[in-house]
Amino acid sequence: MGTTLTPVLSDRWDAEQSWKLSTYEQGGGYRGLRRALGMQAADVVTMVKDSGLRGRGGAGFPTGMKWGFLPAPDGGPRYLVVNADESEPGTCKDIPLMLASPQDLIEGVIITSYAIGCHHAFVYVRGEVVHVYRRLLAAVAEARAAGYVGTDILGSGFDLEITVHAGAGAYICGEETALLDSLEGLRGQPRLKPPFPAVAGLYARPTVVNNVESIASVPGILRGGADWFKQMGTERSTGHGLFSLSGHVTRPGQYEAPLGITLRELLDMAGGVREGHELKFWTPGGSSTPIFTAEHLDVPLDYESVGAAGSMLGTRALQIFDETTSVVRAVTRWTEFYKHESCGKCTPCREGTFWLAQVLQRIERGQGTPQDIDLLLDLCDNILGRAFCALGDGATSPITSAVKYFREEFEAGCHTPADVLFPPERSALFDYRPRSGAALAGVHA
Amino acid sequence: MTITSAGPTTPLVPAAPPAAPQEPADTVTFTIDGIETSVPQGTLVIRAAEELGIQIPRFCDHPLLAPAGACRQCLVEVWAPGRDGNPAKMPKPQASCTLEATPGMDVRTQHTSAEADKAQHGVMELLLINHPLDCPVCDKGGECPLQNQAMSNGRATSRFVDVKRTFPKPISISTQILLDRERCVLCQRCTRFSEEIAGDAFIDLQKRGAQQQIGTFDTQVLGYVGDAPVGESTEDVSGKPFASYFSGNTVQICPVGALTSAAYRFRSRPFDLVSTPGISEHDSNGSAIRVDHRRGVVLRRLAGDDPAVNREWISDKDRFAFTWQSAPDRLTTPLVRRPGADGSRGELEPASWVEALGAAAAGLRAAESVGVLAGGRLTLEDAYAYGKLARVALGTNDVDGRARPHSDEEEAFLAHHVAGRTLEVTFADLDRAPAVLLVGLEPEEEAGVLFLRLRAAALHHGTRVLSVAALATRGLTRLNGTLLAAAPGTEAEVLDGIVDGADDELGSAAEMLAADGAVVLVGERLAGVPGGFSAVLRLAARSGARLAWVPRRAGERGAVEAGLLPTLLPGGRPVADDAARAELAAAWRVDELPAVPGRSTSQIVAAARDGSLGALVVGGVDPADLPDPALARDALDRVGFLVSLEVRPSEVTERADVVLPVAPPVEKPGTFVTWEGRPRPFPQALVSHALPDHRVLDRLAAELGVDLGLATVNDVHAELDRVGGWSGARVAAPDVEAAEPPAVAPGTAVLATWHQLLDAGRLQQGEPHLAGTAKRPTARVSAATAAAAGVADGDLLAVSTDAGTVTIPVAVSDMPDHVVWLPTNAPGSAVRDTLHADSGTLVRIASAGTTSTITTLGEA
Repeated sequence: MGTTLTPVLSDRWDAEQSWKLSTYEQGGGYRGLRRALGMQAADVVTMVKDSGLRGRGGAGFPTGMKWGFLPAPDGGPRYLVVNADESEPGTCKDIPLMLASPQDLIEGVIITSYAIGCHHAFVYVRGEVVHVYRRLLAAVAEARAAGYVGTDILGSGFDLEITVHAGAGAYICGEETALLDSLEGLRGQPRLKPPFPAVAGLYARPTVVNNVESIASVPGILRGGADWFKQMGTERSTGHGLFSLSGHVTRPGQYEAPLGITLRELLDMAGGVREGHELKFWTPGGSSTPIFTAEHLDVPLDYESVGAAGSMLGTRALQIFDETTSVVRAVTRWTEFYKHESCGKCTPCREGTFWLAQVLQRIERGQGTPQDIDLLLDLCDNILGRAFCALGDGATSPITSAVKYFREEFEAGCHTPADVLFPPERSALFDYRPRSGAALAGVHA
Repeated sequence: MTITSAGPTTPLVPAAPPAAPQEPADTVTFTIDGIETSVPQGTLVIRAAEELGIQIPRFCDHPLLAPAGACRQCLVEVWAPGRDGNPAKMPKPQASCTLEATPGMDVRTQHTSAEADKAQHGVMELLLINHPLDCPVCDKGGECPLQNQAMSNGRATSRFVDVKRTFPKPISISTQILLDRERCVLCQRCTRFSEEIAGDAFIDLQKRGAQQQIGTFDTQVLGYVGDAPVGESTEDVSGKPFASYFSGNTVQICPVGALTSAAYRFRSRPFDLVSTPGISEHDSNGSAIRVDHRRGVVLRRLAGDDPAVNREWISDKDRFAFTWQSAPDRLTTPLVRRPGADGSRGELEPASWVEALGAAAAGLRAAESVGVLAGGRLTLEDAYAYGKLARVALGTNDVDGRARPHSDEEEAFLAHHVAGRTLEVTFADLDRAPAVLLVGLEPEEEAGVLFLRLRAAALHHGTRVLSVAALATRGLTRLNGTLLAAAPGTEAEVLDGIVDGADDELGSAAEMLAADGAVVLVGERLAGVPGGFSAVLRLAARSGARLAWVPRRAGERGAVEAGLLPTLLPGGRPVADDAARAELAAAWRVDELPAVPGRSTSQIVAAARDGSLGALVVGGVDPADLPDPALARDALDRVGFLVSLEVRPSEVTERADVVLPVAPPVEKPGTFVTWEGRPRPFPQALVSHALPDHRVLDRLAAELGVDLGLATVNDVHAELDRVGGWSGARVAAPDVEAAEPPAVAPGTAVLATWHQLLDAGRLQQGEPHLAGTAKRPTARVSAATAAAAGVADGDLLAVSTDAGTVTIPVAVSDMPDHVVWLPTNAPGSAVRDTLHADSGTLVRIASAGTTSTITTLGEA
């Protein structure tokens, strides 16, 4: 047991007025930018490539390599778009980051823009989080007043505008091409690829789309160097990452640690599972990553190990569920989310989530049929890999993994309502009396 | 006439040569279901499979629309060479409608891959869970891609036992187009057509997930309540729900029964219909259509597939305006006016053909001189017969097929540049043209399919569109066009200004038109501009751009080829040319042809009015279309003897002494000649006793003692082949001075006008659903002109001449000052009939209050 926390992004979250530019500068902020502006842009890209930084938005694509996909400059504009549309159930890392220390992101945006030759960057922030939107606007204004944004930044001759754009509340707009359409003022639905955003993205110009945490990690790499970054994490999953523990855990919250830490280590730091209870299942990276159980407590939380164990590192949103939780109920809620958020563009996702939700609701009510579990699995098979974008795939992961580990609970749904097997008030962390409703046919109906 | 092959002589209207094989592009070799095939680079897998006869089920895919990949029905298993060169299976099945073939790819469809088959079955099942089982009452049932592919690629039984999504049904997205949302599979063909092809994005996807649906824009936001605009939208001329001239195409390409037309809904079952190919009679594009009829009644028309002409699209007028052919007032028997016992003229009474033809021949024989007026909607065969009747049986060149404003300059232009020069500019040339200049032509209003072809050229081939007109319409905007503003009457001046080195937009226009392949398209309206055609010919000669004449009506070009002009014989032979007359006389087996050039339409009308012509034979002419309708009516009243050939009662038939009923296009075979000069033969769709004009004229000539030899369509074709083209000298180019524009006094303006596609035209009668999608009749003036006249945007504007006043709402537009634009023949705006005016005429303009006061008065 040697892994310890590595607060980099979260280092100053406890400072007085941590979101202020002055606080950020006192902690060494904008040193990374000064160093970057003294380098050739291509060297900045190389440095980030050398650091091994991989996309923190879930897919884990090497960030520097993504920047390298941009075609050679042709004199026209190129764009950086930061994906701050954090909407995945369980995922809660970017919003606290932007709230507590927005300048990490702003500095990262400026460095990245310099590296890729972008003079107008966009931050697409989820519309519901108005407080974060306001804080970002204020952060950009502060940075502009200090000469970090605008023309001739720090006397380098480099110009940059940053536009913070609030979305209108659609999970699909976290998909990068749907995000671009939405940013252009169109209906947010995924685009056909190719062309990829690196070739024809925002306004059909070369565009880099990166997650908030990826971009916010860049200033640290510039300050500390690629080798400093690579000291953390594993060989192929380098660096630090925010691990968001939520649910039945004693001290939920953000734990910034090197990639490759295990849930057992994180739970130790978080005071363990809720007092008197034991771990039943958990998500390694948000609701669209296949669930894990207690047998996976020692899986190193890096891209390769989680993948090898049958799930995805995703956004490191570790939702902890103890033995009082009905997996059927949890999966049904997630599926209802995907049904609600399906953009409607393609058949498998639009119609499939509509159907899955109804079958799961039936099982949750204890009115499932013996064929329903096979039907669920077959429907998932007909959606997985058939949908236009990854949202459809993500909708099937919790179902197939839950049936894999807890098939008997689904079978019980043929005769017993989920709220009879697992009274919801026992899962609650506070005094909770379920509302009676037509949705439940059991003791609470 | 040879329509399919070239005879010993050059045919009068030669058929288009077969499309040249495409230049061999770089090809890609790959396999589908084990069959190796080579296709041009960039070919989609689904297209390549079609070429091999392998049908992959699909909904959103349409060959003329950009790939969407939305329905996911066309999934196939794909193997492609990996980095090591060995084929590797792609982890997911791929949508073959978005996947370009690459070398060495190995595609396995549902026929050879269990994975592809399961994926397709899975998607089909998902498409059906929310689809209603109302096939027995659905218009699409029997010709429905969903129904068919559910049978070929779907499960036999449903596993879905849950609750279906439903919507209130149907909603009308225009008076013509209805939407049953629960039937929709959200393939987006309709929205993609509207955006990509027509440029009328009045419908779009709304909401999301299972609630996603096609809809019109928020009526509250845009100021609509139901179909009726309110508030600021009242005077908007463009924003009606789905007010697109091309909306009917969405019904045809809808792969389910979600979009239906009010005209056809619940009228028939597809398997009860007999389909006959046809050619639209509504404009000079010659769009291929399919006429679907049942027990002698036409129930609908669909777009035919003709890549050389209309691709797979037609305008709503082509599609929906056909009921005029079977209107209840159709003339079914000949009518003869029997003088009353009191010496009055008497009433028209039904008569036998023998009596009617005898009476007509007697009346014509008695008249010393006869003129022939024929409308612009005749087939080539019929137009030829009118011309031959005049020259052989009536011994005159007093024959004119131009039932519209015309000029001697125009006739010289047609004889010099148009007649006998077919297929010199074609639709395909527009795709290749770097620039297209429109003169006196508003393609969306006057030639719908030409607009779509131009739009495709502008969007996909970078064709620059320029327009010499009084204002930039929404149509020109959608062509990304540039307006070369010209007040009516000054077009010649603007055309002459298009010279190299001019330092304004005319200079850059000259540069564009000098590029290889540039085209000038000139409309029939330029006949109203003295010097216009002369200037266009000068421009074409100066720039090297090729020049084509795009008339509005289906029969105009055929009439020119058939010699339905006072100074022109068939094939472009000038009347004034002795050799031409001799050649034609030999072909017609007569001794000689009249050598005196004939009178034009206006001159014939005037001569009939003053008695210099004793009789008229009139076919397919509406006096209201003539330059001065009042004068024309007077002439028809006064002329000694009037024979009318018509489909339906008209202002001519009611004045006629003998009325001879003729067949509408659907009841006869014939040929329309397009503006390109492309012959477009069509067969007879309905069994009918009605006779085509050429047959009636043949029998009339027989009564006059002349054998025209035009009794059957085969006779006409044989003769057209015998007559052939003319290789002698052409008529010299016109060289007419431009007229000085009139001085515009305060309170007056120069009139600009053209027809809108949907208006009060006679061929649109009997189709109220179509009429509901017409643009609201609106006058247009510039802001300064509006201010001078004391009208604000949306007020009523009174436009007057000594003959009358047109009062309609006005829209303030970006256009030259001292010009007022009116629709030529919209309801409430019959420019020629009411004002006896046309483009270039000086009219008085004044405020006539606001629309709301009129409404109040109307309600009171």
